[in-house]
Amino acid sequence: MQRIIKGDQVIDETWHLLPRDVTLAELSNSDDLLVPLPLWQEHSHALLARDGGLGVWLEADEEVESIADDLQHFQVVALNFPVFSDGRHYSSARLLRERYKYQGEVRAIGDVLRDQLFFMKRCGFDAFALRADRDPYEALESLKDFSVTYQAATDEPLPLFRRRR
Amino acid sequence: MYIYDEYDQRIVEDRVKQFRDQIRRYLQGELSEAEMLPLRLQNGLYIQRYAPMLRLAVPYGALSSARLRKLAYVTRRYDKGYAHITTRQNIQLNWPELEDVPDILAELATVQMHAIQTSGNCIRNTTTDQFAGVAADEVVDPRPWCEIVREWSTFHPEFAFLPRKFKIAINGAREDRAAVGVHDIGLNAIRNEAGELGFEVLAGGGLGRTPMVGAVIRPFLPWQHLLTYLESILRVYNRYGRRDNKFKARIKILVKALTPEVFAGKVEAEWASMKDSGATLTQEEVDRVSQYFQEPAYEAFDGDDASYLEKRRTDKGFDNWAMRNVHPHRAPGYAAVTLSLKPTSVAPGDITAEQLEAAADLADRYSLGEIRSTHYQNLVLPYVQQRDLPELWQKCRELGFATPNIGLLTDIICCPGGDFCSLANAKSLPIAEAIQRTFDDLDYLHDIGELELNISGCMNACGHHHIGHIGILGVDKKGQEFYQVSLGGRSGRDAAIGQILGPSFAAEQMPTVVQKVINVYVENRTPEERFIDTYQRIGMAPFKESVYAANH
Repeated sequence: MQRIIKGDQVIDETWHLLPRDVTLAELSNSDDLLVPLPLWQEHSHALLARDGGLGVWLEADEEVESIADDLQHFQVVALNFPVFSDGRHYSSARLLRERYKYQGEVRAIGDVLRDQLFFMKRCGFDAFALRADRDPYEALESLKDFSVTYQAATDEPLPLFRRRR
Repeated sequence: MYIYDEYDQRIVEDRVKQFRDQIRRYLQGELSEAEMLPLRLQNGLYIQRYAPMLRLAVPYGALSSARLRKLAYVTRRYDKGYAHITTRQNIQLNWPELEDVPDILAELATVQMHAIQTSGNCIRNTTTDQFAGVAADEVVDPRPWCEIVREWSTFHPEFAFLPRKFKIAINGAREDRAAVGVHDIGLNAIRNEAGELGFEVLAGGGLGRTPMVGAVIRPFLPWQHLLTYLESILRVYNRYGRRDNKFKARIKILVKALTPEVFAGKVEAEWASMKDSGATLTQEEVDRVSQYFQEPAYEAFDGDDASYLEKRRTDKGFDNWAMRNVHPHRAPGYAAVTLSLKPTSVAPGDITAEQLEAAADLADRYSLGEIRSTHYQNLVLPYVQQRDLPELWQKCRELGFATPNIGLLTDIICCPGGDFCSLANAKSLPIAEAIQRTFDDLDYLHDIGELELNISGCMNACGHHHIGHIGILGVDKKGQEFYQVSLGGRSGRDAAIGQILGPSFAAEQMPTVVQKVINVYVENRTPEERFIDTYQRIGMAPFKESVYAANH
C-alpha cells in the first residue's frame, strides 16, 4: 500500500487516484475516489450520489476557478505536478486556501519530491503523495528546511516584518 | 549598508545546511541530475565547460571591506585566486569544486553573503543604480526598497518554479542608471503631485532572444502596496506564462501576447483580493530598513576641494581619470569613484584576490568601508572626499584600477563567453580584448567620448548587447564563431533595442568593423554629439555603407 505524508506524518493511502480517461461505469460506489476534473464536470450529479468519499484532481493547466463553486463537495483537491519544476499549482493551492477558503485536504500528486515540500506546505498543501520511488519518512525532514520565513503565505498570514521583535 | 539581524542570518544558515544535504544526496545518487539541476541553479551553481561556476549574490551591489576580504580568502582557498563581477552586480567563481560549495557558502554566510536565487527560474537579484544614496539627481533612495524586495523574494514559496528567470530593477534617480526598461519588472521610485512616495511600474522588458522595452502597467503605485502588487504580477506570470517553449517563457512574451493593457487588467484583478492584506508594507518596516541607509556623517566642505581642482588643472593624467572615473556627489567636497575593472588584456569584470583585498583597504581608508559592484562590471567607492582623490588615484594606478575609461568605448560590458560558459555560441573575451587594443590611445578614446559597447557570447544576452550603443553578439554560423553587430541600443530613460547592422563577421574582422563604425561617427558628429546622438540623427545607412563597402 502506498503511503503519503499528511500534515507532518506518514499515513496509509486510502484514496484511489483515477486516471484521466476513467469512465463513470468503472467507479466503485463506496471507495474514496480522486476523480479527474472532466469527469466531475460531466457527471457531478452521479458522483455526488455515491457513498464513498469524493475528491477531484487538476492537471497543471487546469484552473482552480473551474471548481471554485463546487469546493464544498470535495474532501480532497489534488493538484498534479507533471514535472516538479512546473510551479503553477503553488499559486493554485494558495488561491484555494486564501481566496476560496477551502478547508479540505490539498494534496500534491505527480512528480512530488522532498526538496519542494517546504514551499508546498507554505502555499497550503497539507498532503503529499511522494513519487513512488521515494521514501516519505526521509522526506519529512524537508518540511523543516527553514526555521524563518520572510513572506506572508497560507501558513503564516503575516510577513516577517510584522512579526520581527 | 543593511546588516542582518538574527532572522536574516538564520535563513542564510538554514540554506547552507539544506544545500549541504542536497549536495550529499546528489553525490550519493539519491538525487538525479535532472532533480538536482534546479536546486543547484537556485543556489547559483552551474556545471560549466571546465568546472562548476558559482554565482554569489550581491544584493543591489552592496559590498563592504569585510565582504571583499572574505571573497579574497574564498577565491584563494577554493578557486584560482580571482573572481568575476557580473552584469547583475553579482560575483562569480569560475573554478570551485562541487564538493567544496557547501563550505564556501558557510564561509560566506559569516559575512552575510549567499548564493540564493542567483540562477534558475525564480526571482533573481534585484539591481539598482550604483550611485544610489549619493547621486545628485536622486529623488528617492532605492536601496531600502531593494532590501524590502530582497526579503520578500528570498525563498518566496509560490514563485520558486516560474516559467523562466525573473529580474527586477529599481531606480530612484532622474537619470535611469538601473536599466529598468529592460527588466521583467522595472520600478521607478517617484513622488506624485502631493509629494507622496510611490512607484511607476513597468513590466515585460527584457533582453535575451526577443529583446523588448517594458510597458508602464501602473503609473503610480503607493509604496504601501509594493509587495502585494509585485505578488500579483508574479502570480499572473506564474499561472499564465508559457511553459511549453523556453524561448517564449519570459514575462515579456506574455505581456506582449495579452497586450500591456490586458495584462495590467489581470494584475489589477488579482491585486484587488490581495490589496490591504497582511503583506501590505508598514511605515515601521520602511523605517527599520531605511535606518541602514542613512546618510553618513559627512564632513562639511564649502563646495569643491581646491587642491583637487588644482591637480586637475596641472596633471593631465589625473584629469583624464577624474573626468571619467570620478562622479558627482550630493555632498559638497565628496565624490564617488569607479575602480575600473576594464584594463586591456584582462577579462572585463575580473578581479584578483590581491585586488579584492586592496579594494577593501581603499574602501576602509577612503569610503567608510563601503564599496559597490556595478552592472557595468566595475566597483564604486561611494563616499570619497575630494581632497583624497590625488592620493587615491596614485593607489589605483598601482593596483590596476585607474584605467580612465568609465563610460568610454573600452569600458566594455562582456559575458564570460565561450571561454567559460557552456551556453555560449562564441568567445566574447578575445573580441573585447582586440577592441580594447585597437582603441588604446587615450586621447583618441576620450575624443570618441561616451560610448557603450556590450558583448554577449550568445543570445541569452548576459553581456546586454541589445542595449549597447554598439552591441556585439556571438553567433554560430555553420560551426564557426561569428559576430553580429547592432547599433543604437541604449538603456536609461529612453531605452531602446539596437538594430542589426547586417551580416555577421569573423572574429578577426571585428576590430576593423568597430573602427569603421567609429570613423563614420567621428566624420559626421557635431561638436556636442555623443555616438548615440549622431546615430539617431543620421540613422543606420551611413554606417552600413561604410562597413560593408567593398575593400579597394
